[in-house]
Amino acid sequence: MAKIYVNGDVQEVNLPLNVSELIKQQDVQQPEMVSVQVNEEFAEREDWESIQLKEDDKVDFLYFMGGGSELRIKS
Amino acid sequence: MIDFTEEQIQRYSRHILLQDVGVEGQEKIMNARVLVVGAGGLGAPVSLYLAAAGIGTIGIVDADVVDLSNLQRQVIHFTKDVGVPKVKSAEEKIKAINPDVKVDTYYEFLDSSNALDIINEYDFVVDGTDNFPVKFLINDACVMAGKPFSHGGILRFNGQTFTHLPGTACYRCMFKEPPPAGAVPTCSQAGVLGAIAGMLGTIQAAETLKYFTGIGDLLTNRLLTFDAKTMQFRTVPVKHRDSCAICGSHPTIDHLIDYEQAACDLKHN
Ligand SMILES: [Zn+2]
Repeated sequence: MAKIYVNGDVQEVNLPLNVSELIKQQDVQQPEMVSVQVNEEFAEREDWESIQLKEDDKVDFLYFMGGGSELRIKS
Repeated sequence: MIDFTEEQIQRYSRHILLQDVGVEGQEKIMNARVLVVGAGGLGAPVSLYLAAAGIGTIGIVDADVVDLSNLQRQVIHFTKDVGVPKVKSAEEKIKAINPDVKVDTYYEFLDSSNALDIINEYDFVVDGTDNFPVKFLINDACVMAGKPFSHGGILRFNGQTFTHLPGTACYRCMFKEPPPAGAVPTCSQAGVLGAIAGMLGTIQAAETLKYFTGIGDLLTNRLLTFDAKTMQFRTVPVKHRDSCAICGSHPTIDHLIDYEQAACDLKHN
């Protein structure tokens, strides 16, 4: 077991674990609507599979948020 | 130097009494020119507080008319305004709160053809829009024009905001490109608790006033997020990314982009 920080909260996880696997474990509803930082560095989407997490890593999920008004745009 | 009238000294007395603001700070606020993009959930509280604070010129861009479904959170519009262009409704309230404020209205969509021309007229931009194509447009145009801006987004019970100054992390440093249109929450999933708009919009208004008065630390290189269900607030450190397509050392974006977003209009459901 190793401890990592997900959105600031400590979590016990089994290694090896890559970012894609963590996203599945965390039950992130829409991975397309999330941006990931590992240790405060932006993680490219195409690298999620290859980034192996280790003890004390900090992972932050940043979510796309619109404006809460109707989602419409000129047609 | 502005010569304050007796009325202005009285009106702004609670600012002037603040050591960090004072007469000098109030004068900076009164000389400021702010563009608010979107007179909706976020633009409403932003415009109301900026008007009350005495911002010299407020520009408002919005191509919509007030709809009954807006009134749950867009507090600058009243029931009598349904059907009226949002920019007109907002201008009327701003003038009623503070006749000293000059209001410029743009009853149009912000897009790649007009964004730079409009933004260049102002010192600070507030993103109060509801969709990702325009959020990226504002980001890119502000980076290109070297303008500071406040980003804001809300969804359901959550809000997030950061402030960009030239050289600090931009929206693309955090979110490289807009999400695929098909992934954007559908109408039935995309509600928002009305008061969340007020929570987030007032943070944006406070950042705007901090920018002009030079008070404290802006939300630069930090993304503030909150969840109103738990009332947990968190600031996530974010960095300016050297590989960013718009603000990095070798930008690959050299013109403004009009992204497409799937239409979703509750009005016609
Ligand atoms: Zn950037």
